[in-house]
Amino acid sequence: MMHLSHLSAVLLFSLCVSVVFGITQRTTPREMVRYGLFCFVLFVVGAIVAGWVMFLIRH
Amino acid sequence: MATRAQATPQTNSERNTRALLALIVGWIIPGGGHLLQRRWLRGALIFIAITTLFFTGLAMGGKIYSLNTGELLDMLGFVGDLGAAGLYALARIAGWGDVAVQVVTADYGTKFIVVAGLLNIVAAVDAHGIAMGKKA
Repeated sequence: MMHLSHLSAVLLFSLCVSVVFGITQRTTPREMVRYGLFCFVLFVVGAIVAGWVMFLIRH
Repeated sequence: MATRAQATPQTNSERNTRALLALIVGWIIPGGGHLLQRRWLRGALIFIAITTLFFTGLAMGGKIYSLNTGELLDMLGFVGDLGAAGLYALARIAGWGDVAVQVVTADYGTKFIVVAGLLNIVAAVDAHGIAMGKKA
């Protein structure tokens, strides 16, 4: 069984989802790349921020 | 004028058939709908992204849901998994993902598989839109 760390799971998930979102939600290649990158950053930063929020609530 | 009036419905019919085919092929094979319309790069990227998510989910010990009338979340999981029909059928035939989720990573894997199915539905609908001329 593969054991991914939380961060690597987030990175892989964000990458795959962002690729599909970028291609399907925009029309021109340039917009696709920009939107894909935007989604990727949003996913990763969102997960890290949510992680810190949960950490601060716990402590 | 009569020729144009006769030609338009036929063109629309052909386009609808092509769009339906793109939808079905895209549902069975990730990115297949795009490849059918010669969007090679888009189709290849969608195929790689969705199959990577699906097989990583399986490798993490994720569960493949089967048809059931039990819990609501299990039914929704089944619908999500079925979004990638070809990969789902492959997994069921090979007996992959027929496990009980016991560790956290396996739970993540289960979500990876469900999301792969849902993304495939989005991609198939996009391929349908391209075939209908709604998107370049």
